[in-house]
Amino acid sequence: MTTAHVEPATYPFNDASGLALSELYEHARRGEGLLRVRMEHGEPAWLVTRYADARLVLGDRRFSRAAAADHDEPRRTPGRREAGILGMDPPDHTRLRTLVSKAFTVHRVEKLRPDIRALAESLLDRMVAAGPPADLVEHFALPLPVGVICRLLGVPAEDQGRFRVWSDAALSTSPLSTEEIAASRDEFRAYMAGLIEAHRARPADDLMTALIEARDVDDRLSELELIDLCDGLLIAGHETTASQIPNFLWTLLDHPGQFDRLRAEPDLVPAAVEELLRFVPLGVGASFARYATEDIEVGGTPVRAGEPLLVAVGAANRDALRFAAPDSLDLGRAGNQHLGFGHGVHHCLGAPLARLELQEALRALVSRLPGIRAAGDVEWKTEMLVRGPRTMPVRW
Amino acid sequence: MVWRVSVDRELCLGSGICAALAPELFELTEERSRVRGDEAAPDETLLDAADSCPAQAISVTDGTRILGPRP
Repeated sequence: MTTAHVEPATYPFNDASGLALSELYEHARRGEGLLRVRMEHGEPAWLVTRYADARLVLGDRRFSRAAAADHDEPRRTPGRREAGILGMDPPDHTRLRTLVSKAFTVHRVEKLRPDIRALAESLLDRMVAAGPPADLVEHFALPLPVGVICRLLGVPAEDQGRFRVWSDAALSTSPLSTEEIAASRDEFRAYMAGLIEAHRARPADDLMTALIEARDVDDRLSELELIDLCDGLLIAGHETTASQIPNFLWTLLDHPGQFDRLRAEPDLVPAAVEELLRFVPLGVGASFARYATEDIEVGGTPVRAGEPLLVAVGAANRDALRFAAPDSLDLGRAGNQHLGFGHGVHHCLGAPLARLELQEALRALVSRLPGIRAAGDVEWKTEMLVRGPRTMPVRW
Repeated sequence: MVWRVSVDRELCLGSGICAALAPELFELTEERSRVRGDEAAPDETLLDAADSCPAQAISVTDGTRILGPRP
């Protein structure tokens, strides 16, 4: 192994501010084999940057997420955190995922479209009524997915101020200790346990009630799994979409020709969402390392059983071997099988819902506020796994 | 008894969940899933794959009854 004595590269590469993809990824993609990297904490890992390699590692059961618990997993924070369903392998992972997968199928989610469209338009109505300038995050990007997941799951949307703190801590890259991470997690669990008890007393037509039934009637999951699944759904159900709505607008404002094209052809919205999902490198870096369970060659590098791999989907989505003119934003791009939602068993459970929310958010912005533009500098989140504006002042 | 398995490649989104769960039964060609054979021995994993599919593109029957995706 020629790489054995090379000092691992410091990782992640991207800045937390902005949405640029570090040039170091291009270097890694073109290089031979996989690059050796080291994050702030945990053991060194192999960095996967090419599309085909990313699909192999994410989509093959010879790579394990559960094994991370037995290793010093590469990570940003000194403390360790449990990854919930994202830290499991089949069949445990499948048992929990199939409890909720039906609620997020394309078919089921499509029925929510009229409500989500109405919510997007009413949020913009309120923002317009208050007058410019307005913070797009506070008035639109955050309340849209929060409102949707709260209604679906059965969480009071007015509790947002409380659960945002725990949700942020769960995705934070600030130097939290294991104890601090656990303290926030325990508060979040206690909050959700209270809601679950309230639902047991008064069942409702929501996902939490369905999951309680899966536990109490069919014994398909433990009480703690029930709580963590609800917490996980609440976090995953809003944070990434709330980041991507302003990220998408920011990217369109940075590509005025493409934005003009979308205004002229609103039917392009679904394709535009796919292209923006491909183009925007949401993560500061790859996270949630996969561990090889046997010796296996990946991208020309022999990976040993027990070694971790980090898959940089943002880089794989710009692989010229898969995408023509990968660094160009082309809202009409065809055959856009990007990895923005991941791949394999951990492919984003909420992908159909996220797609629909992003489509309706973009449609509402383009049709109602075609002249939308920046009204000041974006303030970026700096201590989160996912990138996006903390505030984004706009006028129209 | 054998089960009959099919994938609707028009509906398939290429998530790769089925091929990761049961690679002996599903494979991705041109970024879409297909079954390696129309028939398979009864196996709970097949129903899991059908249940997990976000596009509900997988169907499993015993020849007469629909077994998966489960209701």
